[in-house]
Parts: sequence; structure tokens; C-alpha cells
Amino acid sequence: MKTKSPANGMPRPDYEEPNYDELVRRVDYDFGLNRRSFVQILGAGLLIAISLPALAQESGRRTGSQGARNLAARIHLGEDGSITVLAGKVEGGQGARTELLQAAAEELGVPADLVQMILGDTSMVPDDGGTYGSGTTPRTVPVVRRAAAVARDFLVQFACAQWQVERGTVEMRDGKIFDATGKQSLTYADLAKSNDAAKLFEQAMPSDIQLAAVKDWKVLGTPVLRPNARDIVIGAHQYPSDITRPGMLYGKILRAPAYDAKLAVIDLAPAKAMKDVVVVQDDQFVGVAAPNSSIAEGALAAVSSMAKWTATPQPSSREIYDYLRQNAEGGVPPNPYADELAGAKVVRQTYNVPYIQHAPLEPRAAVAEWSDGKLTVWTGSQNPFGVRSELARAFHLSEDRVRVVIPDFGAGFGGKHTGECAMEAARLAQAADKPVSLRWTREEEFTWAYFRPAAVIEAEASLDASGKITTWHFININADASGVDTPYSVGKKNCRHVASKPALRHGSYRGLGATGNHFAREVFMDELAAAANADPLEFRLAHLENPRLQAVLEKVAKEFDWKGRVKKKDANLAAGLACGMEKGSFVAAAAEVEIDRQKNSLKVRHVCQAFECGKILNPANLLAQVQGGIIMGLGAALREEMQFEDGKILNASFRKYPVPRFSDAPELDIHLLDRPDLPSAGAGETPIMVIAPAIANAVFRATGKSVTAMPVRLA
Amino acid sequence: MDTKISFILNGKSRTVTTDPQRSLLEVLREDLQLTGTKFGCGEGQCRACTVLVNGESTPSCITSVGDVDKQAVTTIEGLADGVKLHPVQEAFLAEGAFQCGYCTAGMVMGMVGALNKNSKASETEVMVEMQKHICRCCSYTKYSTAINRALAHSGKGRA
Repeated sequence: MKTKSPANGMPRPDYEEPNYDELVRRVDYDFGLNRRSFVQILGAGLLIAISLPALAQESGRRTGSQGARNLAARIHLGEDGSITVLAGKVEGGQGARTELLQAAAEELGVPADLVQMILGDTSMVPDDGGTYGSGTTPRTVPVVRRAAAVARDFLVQFACAQWQVERGTVEMRDGKIFDATGKQSLTYADLAKSNDAAKLFEQAMPSDIQLAAVKDWKVLGTPVLRPNARDIVIGAHQYPSDITRPGMLYGKILRAPAYDAKLAVIDLAPAKAMKDVVVVQDDQFVGVAAPNSSIAEGALAAVSSMAKWTATPQPSSREIYDYLRQNAEGGVPPNPYADELAGAKVVRQTYNVPYIQHAPLEPRAAVAEWSDGKLTVWTGSQNPFGVRSELARAFHLSEDRVRVVIPDFGAGFGGKHTGECAMEAARLAQAADKPVSLRWTREEEFTWAYFRPAAVIEAEASLDASGKITTWHFININADASGVDTPYSVGKKNCRHVASKPALRHGSYRGLGATGNHFAREVFMDELAAAANADPLEFRLAHLENPRLQAVLEKVAKEFDWKGRVKKKDANLAAGLACGMEKGSFVAAAAEVEIDRQKNSLKVRHVCQAFECGKILNPANLLAQVQGGIIMGLGAALREEMQFEDGKILNASFRKYPVPRFSDAPELDIHLLDRPDLPSAGAGETPIMVIAPAIANAVFRATGKSVTAMPVRLA
Repeated sequence: MDTKISFILNGKSRTVTTDPQRSLLEVLREDLQLTGTKFGCGEGQCRACTVLVNGESTPSCITSVGDVDKQAVTTIEGLADGVKLHPVQEAFLAEGAFQCGYCTAGMVMGMVGALNKNSKASETEVMVEMQKHICRCCSYTKYSTAINRALAHSGKGRA
């Protein structure tokens, strides 16, 4: 029995999707392409033979495109019974592969292990937009479900025609369709062999297909394991940096000693004289390729020793917040309610949020190969079609001559939207006439990948005599507008992002600027609560109307025993809480922090977090996202901060930039609130956002001193 | 200067002729096509590159290939017994311990190394070893569960 899915006809989520492509300044390589590559190497054999035509997709749109114009572009049925589903999303550990697989299997009516997913290969998959902004769950899962439901409907139609029976008499069971007697059955393989299949699959997708009702789900909503998990534990899965091609060389790129330093003098002769080494220069771009990385490093050292650079003054992390404020476009906006504050209790505060790095464990990597003027690049990026555009632009190629393949890669966290490494590998491969593998070093990843933006956040609010917020002025300078608005009822409000002159190349992150905006807003709420002489929980609830946000906050308060814990008299233990909503999902957290005043150190002992993102599609994966988000957020809350001076990153290593390890993981008490009545929203970002303010608020309660910066420090 | 280096790799003897100063990680990945061992930092800080040298967990990114001459090296590819996974692999798989999985091979080898050092290692002893490993997805909670599952399994064999 099917009913209309709650996902059908639902209003668009109540947030605006930023244009992620514009948030990061692209590395604008321009490689003239005067020469042609004549490498005769076989293309990278397709994983499946696509028998149905019309896979070429509309290109050029890189955000939010729902690319499959017909079923053939989304689902391939093999006559051997294989079922292949194609999607433009990619897997970097957040679970897209599994949930898209579940979505397809659910609607096709087959077990999950019968479906193969092909993700992120621009020569095969529809352009579903980049994998960011928590978009896979609310946007791609529904389109995959609809396509699979259409395929299933075709199978039903086919069976009914074969058996000359009515639709209501057939039943789908274990991936087969049975007639009323249960004796005759047909499968997707039979449909694939039929004469009409090709024509059916090429027509435009019907828009009014019925989806499986949540209560009937067999695959969605269950903890399906990642399909390539076994390959990962045996070391067989090939990440982008593991791709090996015949005759492949290993590349290295000459990096400037400081940001914006320009190459003034270079002598390539010593490196060129080295055996088996390819050296290429294209204006500011200088790189080498060699049969192994050590030889390439030697050649790079030879090039580097001959290079002279012209540097320009660069801001340092010591003065970064003054710098961002001074460069705010149009100046720092004043509080528009300034005239109304007379007689009211006014609280104002300024918060500083540093630049941090995503530091995915697999640094940027790409393998590039040219064949007959066509370019194939395997790389780790969240944006396969965006990288294809970058490559086409850099090499003056039409996009149909560029193929980008994204093997499941070693994480992104919003930090891999771009294709700089792909372009560099492609330029080296072009010069070498051989495939080239380029994998950035950890130092390169810390220095030349883009950063989560720093921000200065100014907050000012007024309270009436009853402790109600009456005006709210909240300005984010430099980062972005994600999470800048407040979910609280605050009377009059002015919430804005003001651009500044970025000191470092910045771009996306989990939740973009929302981590900083949530930090500032939630810490400010505790300051206001203190000014109103109110309990932080009661103060929040008194200003909240959104029932979903109330629900997570109340859940955490109950499970953490907020009321009991705040009464505890332990000078070294403190509790704090915070909540927020972003990308259609809702989160609240309470943290218990141990404070060692002698050592001036903090230790987060226990975190209770409630999270709600509509109907849960895969509880095991969701739990992993929430656990990982909390602990990753704890790193940013307590330690992570880029230090830079004279255009150099001073802590470009895991030694100097300590990310969380096992010992940092607190006791976690996580509550995933399932809402079968609501459409599913993404969960890769929102779970990270409130751990930092919860910790800061605990410190504020313990010390009475305002916490005004990330990372949180005692003094 | 290229040198002949012979070692036992995943149970078979192998000889490479190369610069002995090159890292073991680079030679495994680039010369021997064993890409299961990952590069994470190049300075032994993240242990994505962990292999076993004579059974002991070792960061291959800061180990020269010359140093494993006449030694026994095991990589993630050599851990399973045919299709039968090592109990640590089994536990990490069963718990779905990882997210992106890039640190997983190193984590597995790190734990196997800890158990090789002391087959009756306590959870605390194992965690001292695991503390050297970075999972940037911060999947530490699930990894801890998987580690305990593997310890429970190895405990069965202790009697």
C-alpha cells in the first residue's frame, strides 16, 4: 500500500541556500593549451556499459541542479539483473552513497545489496549540484526516490501488459513482481530485455509518481552499512590519492614562500638537467613531475633554490580582528535602535572567531591523464561538475572534453569545493605527456587550501523590566550570513553579514559562518540571561516559539538534568547549554566542563546533544555524523586557530595545529529525535554548531567572566 | 645512491633497488602498488601510514625503506587471511567505525600492533597506542566501541 510521501508537495525548506560557488575565491589558472597531448592511453574503462543513450547533461549550472532529464540518466537496468543508479553527489564520509542507495532500493522494491551506485563521474552521472550545504538529503534523495519509483512503475506496467491483468492484482516482493497466483514473476532484468524499455526510459520523467510511505519503508530508515566498507578495512578502496595509471609520474608544485608573493627570478635549468624529470613553467605556475615522489622533491628543491620572490605586506593573526573591522565594506553598521535604548537594560559584546582549517585527513589529490586532447582527472572534490568547469576554463576546452571522476575520498567538511589540485595535475600531465599524480603535502593543505572564514561579530540587545529581549542588533563582519539570523523572538531585529577584506583565502566549512554565528549568539544569550537574572534554559524557552527547536532544547534539558546540575556546588565542574537551527535541522547541547584553575585548562567531560532533522533515513550514519560533529566542533571550540604572519602560516602541521584525538572525546549522550511526519533534512553540518557555545557558557557560569572568542580560553 | 633492499612483505620476500632514504610509505605506494597504507601528514603525527615492522606498529612515512632491510613488513593488504578478516578488521567493519575511512587502515594496524606487543593488553594500554592516530571525521566514539569489540574477541582467546 502506498500513500503520498510526506516529501511530495512539501514547501521548500525555510532557509535560503547560499551560492556556494561564490564563497571561495577560485585559483584562476589559465593554461593556454597551445600544445596538444598525443598520449595514447586507453580511457579509464567505464564501470558499466551504458546501453541507453542520452547521458550527456546540461552543464554550466553548478548549484542545485536536478540534472537527470529522463530515467535513462538516473537508472540503468542491466539485462543480467544488475541495477545501477547514477548520481552527481560524492562520498567523503558523510554517508551520501549509502543513503542514495537506500533511497533507490526502497522505491525499486529491491534489497540494498542489489543496487550499485555510481557517484561523481561527470561522464556518466547527472549534474545534481555539489555535495554541500546539507543538500543531498533534502534534494537528491527525493529525486532518486522519484526516479526509482518511476522504474518500479514501469515494471508494474510491463508485468500487467505481459499477463493482461489489472495493476491492483500484481505485487512486488523481494525485488520481483508476482501475479495474483504467485506463480508467475518478472524482474527488472526482464524489463531491461523488453523492446519498450529503452523508449520508456528516454521519455521525460513523470512528476506525479507515488513514493513509498514511511510506515512501509524496508530499506530507508534502517542502519544500512556503507556498501564499500569492507574494501576500506582491507585497504582495497582506492581514494583519489591511490589512483594509479600506467606510466604515471608524481608531481610537485613550487609554492610561493608567502601569500601573494610573486615569482621574480627563476632558473629551471638545474632541475631540467635531472634524469627523468619534467619541469613546467606557465607564468607563476612552476611544477615538476618525476617517476617517484623523492625524485620530484629533489627537482622541486633544485627549482626552489633558484627562485626569487617579490613579497607584499600581509596582515597577521595578531591584528586580524582589527583588520577585518577596519576593512568592513561600508564600515561597521551602527545599531539602528540606538535611539530606543534609553532606560532599557542594554548588553553589548564583541566576539572574535578565528580562521581555521578543515584539514581532511586525505589532502587534496588528483591524477590527470590526457588522451587525444581529452582530459580525465580523478580527484577528491565535493563539486565534480564545478571542477570540470574549472578544468575546461583553465585549458580552454569544451566541457565535453573533460571528465572528472570522484572516487570516495578522504573527507572534505566543506573544504574541497574547488579544483586547484586537479588543474595542477592536469598541467603537469600535459607537459609530461604522461599521467601525473599530485598529492598535496600536509603543509600545502594547511596553507593553500581555503580556510573557514574568521569573523568579528558585534551583538547588542536590550531587555525590558520583565527580562524580555526588545531589540537585537547582530553583525557578522567577514564570515557569512549562515546562522546570522536569530531563532528567538527578540522584538525588533537587525541581523546582517558585512563583507570585509579577507586576510586569508576563505570558503565553506561545515555550516559556513554558522559555527561562528551560533557561538556568538548563544554565548550572548547567556550574557543576556545573566543580565536578566534568569536561568539560561528558562531564558531561551521564554524567547522561543519554534516547536522543533523547543523540542530539542527541552530534550537536552531533561536528559542532561539541567535543573539538577546547575544546583551542584562543585567549583571545578560547570555546565552550559546552547541550541540552534540551520539547514532545516535542529540541535541543542549541554556540556559539562571540568576546569583546572591551576593548570588554566579545560576538559569537556560530558556532552548531551539532541538532534532532529525530520525523518531519519539511516540512524547509524546519522549517529556517526552527530558524534563526529560534536568532537570536531570541540576541536574548534578549544584549540583550533590559524596563526599567520608575513603571509606565512605558522602552524601548518598537526603538531602545531592539534586536532581532536581519542582522549578528547567526551562521554556522549545523544538523542536523535525521529520525525516520520516531516521531510528529511541533512545532518553533515548542524550537529557541529552548538558545542562551542555550550562549552563557553559553562566557562562563563564557572568564572563569571564573559567568553568572547573561539577557541575558548579560561583567561 | 640506489641500493638493493630485501625484506619480507606480507609474508613474501621482496627486493627493491632504490634510494634507501626514501620513506617506506612512498616505496610501498609508488613502487609496490600497495596503496592501502595512506599518507596523512608525513611527520608521524597522524599515523594514517601505520604498518607493522616485525609485528610492531610503525609510522611508515618517517621510516626509511633502508631501515626495513631484512625485516618483516605487514601492510593492511596482508592482514586478512585470504577472505577471512583479521578480528580487528572484523570489529571495525561490524561497528561501521569510520566515516571517510581514510584513517582506518592505520587505525587497524595500530591496534594490531598494540595486541602484538601484549595480547592481553587492557583497554587503557591499547588506547595509549590509539591516541597517536588522528581521525579527522572524529569518529572516535564508534572507533572506541569497535576497539572494545576487538578486545572482547581477543579476550576470548586468552582464557
